[in-house]
Amino acid sequence: MTLFEGRDLDCVRGERQVFAGLSFAVPSGGALVLHGPNGSGKSSLLRLMAGLLKPSRGHLAWDGRAVADDPDAHRARLQYLGHLDAVKSVLSVAENLDFWASAQGDGAAGVAAALERTGLAGLAEVPARMLSAGQRRRLALARLFVNRADLWLLDEPTVGLDEDSIGRLQAGLADHRRAGGRVVVATHTALDLPKAERLDLSAYQPPEDAGLEPW
Amino acid sequence: MPLHRFANPGRFMRLADRLLPWTGGLAVLAIGIGLVLGLFVAPPDYQQGESVRIMYVHVPAAWMALFVYTCIAVASAVSLIWRHPLADLAAKASSPVGAAFTFLALVTGSLWGKPMWGTWWVWDARLTSVLVLFFLYLGHMALMTAFEDPARGRKAAAVLALVGFVNVPIIKFSVDWWNTLHQPSSVLRLDGPSIHPDMLWPLLAMAVGFKLYYVLLLLIRIKSELIEARLRALGRAAMTSAPAPAPVAQ
Amino acid sequence: MVGAALSLAGRDLRLALRQRSDAGTVVLFFVLVASLFPLAIGPAPNVLLRIAPGVIWVTALLAVLLSLERLFLADFEDGSLELLTLAPTPLSLLVLAKCLAHWLTTGLPVILAAPVIAVLYGLEADAFAPLIGAMLLGSPSLSLIGAIGAALTLGARRGGVLVPLLVLPLYVPVLIFGVLAVDAALAGLPARPHLLLLGALLLAALPLAPIAAAAALRQAVE
Repeated sequence: MTLFEGRDLDCVRGERQVFAGLSFAVPSGGALVLHGPNGSGKSSLLRLMAGLLKPSRGHLAWDGRAVADDPDAHRARLQYLGHLDAVKSVLSVAENLDFWASAQGDGAAGVAAALERTGLAGLAEVPARMLSAGQRRRLALARLFVNRADLWLLDEPTVGLDEDSIGRLQAGLADHRRAGGRVVVATHTALDLPKAERLDLSAYQPPEDAGLEPW
Repeated sequence: MPLHRFANPGRFMRLADRLLPWTGGLAVLAIGIGLVLGLFVAPPDYQQGESVRIMYVHVPAAWMALFVYTCIAVASAVSLIWRHPLADLAAKASSPVGAAFTFLALVTGSLWGKPMWGTWWVWDARLTSVLVLFFLYLGHMALMTAFEDPARGRKAAAVLALVGFVNVPIIKFSVDWWNTLHQPSSVLRLDGPSIHPDMLWPLLAMAVGFKLYYVLLLLIRIKSELIEARLRALGRAAMTSAPAPAPVAQ
Repeated sequence: MVGAALSLAGRDLRLALRQRSDAGTVVLFFVLVASLFPLAIGPAPNVLLRIAPGVIWVTALLAVLLSLERLFLADFEDGSLELLTLAPTPLSLLVLAKCLAHWLTTGLPVILAAPVIAVLYGLEADAFAPLIGAMLLGSPSLSLIGAIGAALTLGARRGGVLVPLLVLPLYVPVLIFGVLAVDAALAGLPARPHLLLLGALLLAALPLAPIAAAAALRQAVE
């Protein structure tokens, strides 16, 4: 059973220290839910896990091996969903998804199924500019189901989603975990994630005088 | 860039304080010697007369233009590969100094050109390459300050400096190529075929003096960057600890 | 890997076609600016002939520059860039794909319009082949070098003004060799050495520029 873990992570954005001394571990099939007030570093932690940000201290490990040693392998096993939907308005729903299917792997076969899962099958040929905010979010979520990735990093996945879509997302998450996938999610909506671990980022706020050691 | 990531700002500050008077004193001494030798001791040129004395400022300044850019490229490589924060600050502190030397080289070249060629500006291969180098410096400085987050500016400028450094020889080659095709050797070369020792010594003294002056400015500017970063950190600490935004200065 | 890069180039081309903006505007700008020079300088044929290679090249340079800012901006703003940097395909290869699409939508249309300008300036037919050859070899370098500047200025406060400041000095060699190739042909000299130098620049820019631009993009999404 492989473990995705981070040890003693410090994160700095701009010149501000966001959190310090943070550790976590997500086993295969596990779920980690990030909590904390605005600005406590939930998005930063997800970006750090994805490798978009580098920790200023500490390190990430996958199955005991440092992620920084083989960033390509790490990128190949993750799917990241940020605040932005990465949807091109002039392309149709299917074209948007087709592109990410081939850009992120070889998942062209999964496009129809992914549209089905997110309830977008009926809108496949519609230009994305006609979509509502919630539908765009669902299109972004559909990427998760196109290419098989072990680690899902989801930043506020439920923004703009209706109840039905949240239900579909939960079903998708459950399937993903049953198949051995793991998920880290930052959310303010209560998502039904059985046996999920909680990580409260307010416990890792840096001391006020961080960065002010005596000279 | 958090202060705690500086290898050790305190140690750098102490080292800088110890070095400052020495570099300052030696720079004044070397430039003084160079000026006295260049302006009074060295002989006037048999063709160019007294105006040749501009050379003692112009040539070392042009050397510095390339030297400082090389330093920036090295510092940028160190910062990108080993992420050493002092290297970032050294690159940031260097580029206005380098730009100033480049500008000095251009102005003195132009002043020298007036009595020599009868015009302020000639599209001579050397002057043209120095002009392009000046633009590279300006781009570096502009990129450095173009972002809300100073750390992003420093990193972007590091990439630009390396790209520019790779390009400097190519630009130099292309300008030489262009110049030989457009102005076949009608331009009087700036340097004579061989140089008399009486002219060499002031030139070397000035070159050493300029380099020391650069080190002096580098130390001062890195120091002030460190102090500025500490002030910003103090300001943030005051903002987060006080219930209402409190004035930083106490 | 190559498949992912090609699909990115294909997507960019499709976006350009659907938005019908870039290629047309760039060519229009090119023709418009090039036809301003005779109005400013006067219609004397010998003068126009003398400045034609320079005008064509400088105008082409500016036209490419005009479109550079948008090279990565849309992807940066809608979040696609983050995902591209996380894709399993090397980012430098994806940059190369975007440069290819950029060249096809700006460099190539400008080359196709260049003979029109050449005719307006009374350039002899002998000089057409070197002109087109030089532009074919030189304009991809403009896209590649420009990509570095576009990537470095993502998220900058004044990106639009900054790109020319960063990129134009780096364009100097392409400009010089490009103009000299046409000048040589006009003087009855071989254009080959200049074309070879343009080719050498392209061969150097092809692997190096995407690496630098990729490094800049990673900084931009950090």
